[in-house]
Amino acid sequence: MADTRAALPGDLHWYDLPDDEADDSADEGAQDDARPPAARRRWLPAWLRRAGVNTVAVLLLLAAWEILPRTGVVDPVFVPPLSDDLAAWWDLLVTGSLPEHLGASLGRSLAGFGLAVVLAIPLGLLIGWYRPVADLLTPLLELFRNTSAVALLPVFTLILGIGEPAKVSFVLYACSWPILLNTISGVKTVEPLLVKSARSMGLGPFRLFQKVILPAAVPAIFTGVRLAGATSILVLLFAEMVGAKAGLGYLILDTQSSFRIPDMYAGIITISVLGLLLNLLLVAAERRFSTWRTT
Amino acid sequence: MTEIGIRNVTKTFHVRDAAEPFTALSGVDLDVRAGEFLALVGPSGCGKSTLLDLVAGLTPPTSGQILTDGDPVTGPGLDRGVVFQQYALFPWRTAQANVEFGLEAKAVPRRERAARAREHLALVGLNGFEDRYPHELSGGMRQRVAIARSLAFDPDVLLMDEPFAALDAQTRESLQEELVRVWQHTGKTVIFITHGIDEAVYLGQRVAVMTSRPGRIKEVVEVAFDSREGDLRADPAFGEYRHHIWTLLRDEVAAAQVQEREVAISHG
Ligand SMILES: Nc1ncnc2c1ncn2[C@@H]1O[C@H](COP(=O)(O)OP(=O)(O)O)[C@@H](O)[C@H]1O
Ligand SMILES: [Mg+2]
Repeated sequence: MADTRAALPGDLHWYDLPDDEADDSADEGAQDDARPPAARRRWLPAWLRRAGVNTVAVLLLLAAWEILPRTGVVDPVFVPPLSDDLAAWWDLLVTGSLPEHLGASLGRSLAGFGLAVVLAIPLGLLIGWYRPVADLLTPLLELFRNTSAVALLPVFTLILGIGEPAKVSFVLYACSWPILLNTISGVKTVEPLLVKSARSMGLGPFRLFQKVILPAAVPAIFTGVRLAGATSILVLLFAEMVGAKAGLGYLILDTQSSFRIPDMYAGIITISVLGLLLNLLLVAAERRFSTWRTT
Repeated sequence: MTEIGIRNVTKTFHVRDAAEPFTALSGVDLDVRAGEFLALVGPSGCGKSTLLDLVAGLTPPTSGQILTDGDPVTGPGLDRGVVFQQYALFPWRTAQANVEFGLEAKAVPRRERAARAREHLALVGLNGFEDRYPHELSGGMRQRVAIARSLAFDPDVLLMDEPFAALDAQTRESLQEELVRVWQHTGKTVIFITHGIDEAVYLGQRVAVMTSRPGRIKEVVEVAFDSREGDLRADPAFGEYRHHIWTLLRDEVAAAQVQEREVAISHG
């Protein structure tokens, strides 16, 4: 357990990977529009090759996962071959216990994530826009952003108990930071010339905010929302460490302690695929709202 | 048509860590006639943009008065339109929506807004580009959109701050021609800042020359050609105006350079 806890911060970077790729290919797409059709045709195989390379890496990992335990290079007790894990996954699915865990986790993640979106965006806008609020809260923000959410988990349990409110609040807390910080910086880094230009057309503070600050900050806000989405899955394991009776995090911890190793991997596979899907969804949404952002 | 009066205007800025305020403009007096095209030249850093901000109402003068048709300017307004050097288009809005921005501010009904935006994009030669985002347009096209945006809400006064400085020579010349055409067509009062003497002589009915900082008006040169037909720049009178303004500017530019060096040295 200590190992997984230590691994969490590193995992965060892993979640950023698909996005870097997405940005890349978006750029290529934009350039492609400007090119003549002949060049466009040549571009497609490059894209395919890229997809091929990506698939190869994943396939290699899966193959190693299958072969290394079978050949005894890796101890099959601790890392059962992939096919065993998938069989365990299937069993969990058909017995209905996996859907139950998945449902419990999704409920917590989405509730915490949704609340974070609803609360942190307005708060971030407020802090970014009103200098006095920003000056007042900046030291506090600095302090908390540098404190791992996981370190505060015991506090949540102490204050809110071991029920659902504590778990959802914890996810909410962890998800709020990326949204809050990105929203604040989005508002603060609006191009001053755009503000000046809008002011020259007689816009007052309210309309300036509505028509310039807010739209200019949307891409940054969405980046925060996407990171929060990843966080909402990442922190599940910790949220479900104490007092949970269902959930993917609970499943992983429970199966580990009772030595049901293939079931544990089934849980890990589910949670990582879930994180991946949520991230893909949010990347698509982010791109949809940031078409104009070219840098 | 609107006339602009700039009366004994001084502008100082408070600079961090400095005991004394920084004087950008000191005692500027200038009258811009109704419907006039006035070009404003001066060494870099002499306060041209600062003066334009004051006329736009974006900042108040430290002392003195800015008047439009005799009334003091109290803030920005849609009676004056500003065109900036770096275009200042909203990147999340299409060309069409950028031009509509000022019309929204003016509360023009939606349908009329769309029609007027299209009309003004056509006026600057951009029909067919309504749905392009700024990053999909060339520099010259972006500045055309910015000009269309300022024309669309129909201000009496157009304030332009080196709008063509970032463009290549061909694009600049064609935009200059278009601007003269639009100005003749609409009869707006224009203040046009430039650091190009040729541009000032070509565009301005009068050219106001500023001193080095703190900026004042050194001289206002009346520019008159017998006819604007043909290649104006080949007219012998063009060369004479050009040389006269160049002479006025030379001493000021030299003074400004000495100033800059002094600032550089005092800052280590
Ligand atoms: N907001 C400001 N605060 C402090 N100094 C300023 C500010 N705006 C302009 N200045 C200074 O005033 C002087 C005139 O600037 P500006 O009007 O931009 O010159 P120009 O447009 O003629 O090149 C410059 O030295 C500039 O550094
Ligand atoms: Mg300037």
